[in-house]
Amino acid sequence: MGIDLPLIWAVIIIFGVMMYVIMDGFDLGIGILFPFMKDKTDRDVMMNTVAPVWDGNETWLVLGGAGLFGAFPLAYSVVLEALYLPLIFMLFGLIFRGVAFEFRFKATDIKRHLWDKAFIGGSLVATFFQGVALGAYIDGIPVVDRAYAGGGLDWLTPFSIFCGLALIVAYALLGCTWLIMKTEGALQKAMHDLARPLALATLVVMAIVSLWTPLAHQAIADRWFSLPNLLWFMPVPALVMVTMYGLFKAVARNANYAPFLLTLVLIFLGYSGLGISLWPNIIPPTVSIWAAASPPQSQGFMLVGTLFIIPLILGYTFWSYYVFRGKVTHEHGYH
Amino acid sequence: MFGLEALDLARIQFAFTVSFHILFPAITIGLASFLAVLEGLWLKTHDNTYRDLYHFWSKIFAVNFGMGVVSGLVMAYEFGTNWSRFSDFAGAVTGPLLTYEVLTAFFLEAGFLGVMLFGWNRVGRGLHFFATSMVAVGTLISTFWILASNSWMQTPQGFEIIDGRIIPVDWFAVIFNPSFPYRLMHMAIAAFVSTAFFVGASAAWHLLRGRDNPAIRRMLSMAMWMALIVAPIQAMVGDAHGLNTLEHQPAKIAAIEGHWENVGDEPTPLILFGIPDMKEERTKYAVEIPYLGSLILTHSLDKQIPALKSFPPEDRPNALIVFWSFRVMVALGMLMIAVGLWSAWLRWRGGLYTNRWFLRLVMCMGPAGLIAMLAGWFTTEIGRQPWVVYGIMRTANAVSRHSVEQLSITLVLFVVVYFLLFGTGFGYMMRLVRKGPKTHEGDTPAHGGPGQKRTPARPLSAADESSTDHRKDSLTEGN
Repeated sequence: MGIDLPLIWAVIIIFGVMMYVIMDGFDLGIGILFPFMKDKTDRDVMMNTVAPVWDGNETWLVLGGAGLFGAFPLAYSVVLEALYLPLIFMLFGLIFRGVAFEFRFKATDIKRHLWDKAFIGGSLVATFFQGVALGAYIDGIPVVDRAYAGGGLDWLTPFSIFCGLALIVAYALLGCTWLIMKTEGALQKAMHDLARPLALATLVVMAIVSLWTPLAHQAIADRWFSLPNLLWFMPVPALVMVTMYGLFKAVARNANYAPFLLTLVLIFLGYSGLGISLWPNIIPPTVSIWAAASPPQSQGFMLVGTLFIIPLILGYTFWSYYVFRGKVTHEHGYH
Repeated sequence: MFGLEALDLARIQFAFTVSFHILFPAITIGLASFLAVLEGLWLKTHDNTYRDLYHFWSKIFAVNFGMGVVSGLVMAYEFGTNWSRFSDFAGAVTGPLLTYEVLTAFFLEAGFLGVMLFGWNRVGRGLHFFATSMVAVGTLISTFWILASNSWMQTPQGFEIIDGRIIPVDWFAVIFNPSFPYRLMHMAIAAFVSTAFFVGASAAWHLLRGRDNPAIRRMLSMAMWMALIVAPIQAMVGDAHGLNTLEHQPAKIAAIEGHWENVGDEPTPLILFGIPDMKEERTKYAVEIPYLGSLILTHSLDKQIPALKSFPPEDRPNALIVFWSFRVMVALGMLMIAVGLWSAWLRWRGGLYTNRWFLRLVMCMGPAGLIAMLAGWFTTEIGRQPWVVYGIMRTANAVSRHSVEQLSITLVLFVVVYFLLFGTGFGYMMRLVRKGPKTHEGDTPAHGGPGQKRTPARPLSAADESSTDHRKDSLTEGN
């Protein structure tokens, strides 16, 4: 048939998950940064920068789940069963975070702090367990007879916990630079001041994860340090350093857009490093995308619509961001 | 926990989360179409009552929608976390259907929701109406796909089983499976009727408190037109759906009827009330009407309906639950039709907005549609047990292998969190309802969003900034 459907679907899902990481990354980052800004109007502004778009951002996560279900049902069933608790905790975090968007503006002054806490806690919990799930995924998931063969708490390792903490730092940087782009005045100034330490922290956690990953996982180390993978991988650390340098410069000159765009590049580089470590396995370390694929009748059926619809989705998503472009100020909230 | 096995806990967890979830989309489906109709009528007639109602209901819609999104996210992952054997077995069919739902419905709703809720004066009127319409269409597309998936699990076709897994061979047959058209119609109408009674009850509440304005009256009027016209249609669709179930899932019908065995050629009576006992294999304290069972289900006076004893015990659904859940649904349906008829009488003879007994009944009937819908889902889902894919895969073989401890912890968390958060959210919705529609709310639009100074979306929005009154409005609105 010539067309490598599993390959195409892996690319689509990788793209969907990356869209999620970037877009909900800054949403969640705003929740993580809430504790740094105590003032109600500042918090209103922070929330309002994403109020019209957070729901669409989160939909990419649903696409990741549904796409995995349809295109790689084996991976969907095994990975989700293996990561049951971290994923359920992540969902609880997202529930608290999600309702806080609406409830916070509907609450009385006395109760508002509760929804501020729900927003902060939900964002932290969701991010942490996303990172934990990612770490556990990198750690590998044993499969016997098309079923998860590990225990209920296998996901809980020092590495996975560190990945959870690392993702909190990374999302905070995304949220911080997003706010630099979308706000002005004192709030923007505060974010400029926060960006530097957050960028440094991101650099540190990225370095630790990059060292820890091959040290703890022999199979991944073998992949990294064999040709031609090494050639693919070599530029990544160098590009990270260049991007980081650009980020510091941009923050130093109080740029509006550059810090966010450079953070996107940074996240993309980290994401690509992850891809090089795992490709083409969809249940690391043993099951490949071809072994986990649903039949061509399913992947083909999905692809026909997807190829038409995703450009359309990107189109109206872009339009929505365009409608709500520009700075959000204290006077001009949506709620 | 309480001597329950992992399978029971997994089922309770799924039933609990999906029952909570379905309430929000049902109201979302109904309100989105209601809002599109209101905005369309406003644009057509320039009657500002419609616009005031739009502003009022869109705030309630926003809270409800948010709860639907977060509780729905859980569902998208629960198939895998709780039913991993099912997901591996049937994912090749249900996965693509869910993917299409995300692509064609969820993104559409989410993409246009921002403009619908926050873009009132950032885009032109026509474009705003378009955004509202896209959200409404998105909710209906979503209904289409999720019911295609559910109906396929109830009446599967268009597939083969190769190497122990489902392989789709005919997607048209998969999607348009035998029970799909009936279930889709029944659910979509249920969403509209549920919303109509919710809207009607809100209006009745205000009228009973002496709050009377044209917007409130129009709310009641529109809701009662829906009750009058759509509730009877729902009964007819339900009847057709029942006949379809009789054909494809006879055991479900036997359980609904509490009908254990056929004696000779005797026509089947209708058991009005009784207590089906699964162990003793009979329905205790039955109050029967002769012939009526045959009449309703076979539209004849002599044909029999299937009996539970003709199915092996391990293939029987729990008759006690579905017998009663079905009767709750039907009774509420009858009541809703009665309310519609009474409203027509009052509309003709006067008193639609003033008859206190009528308004009290309409107020009490606020949750009737939602309760009937839940009862209906309980009937169809418990009635198809012990199968998850009817006749193909048993629920017991579909479940993930989690420990009782893990499932107990997460179930308790779900119950606590859902009641706490969605209870609060429901409270906020009620508070918004209590405020009632304000007249002339849209005359002075609240301020738009970011960048307005630099990039007014319309020429007028820049001029609006000179007035400070709006600012106060938008602030009080935020509280």
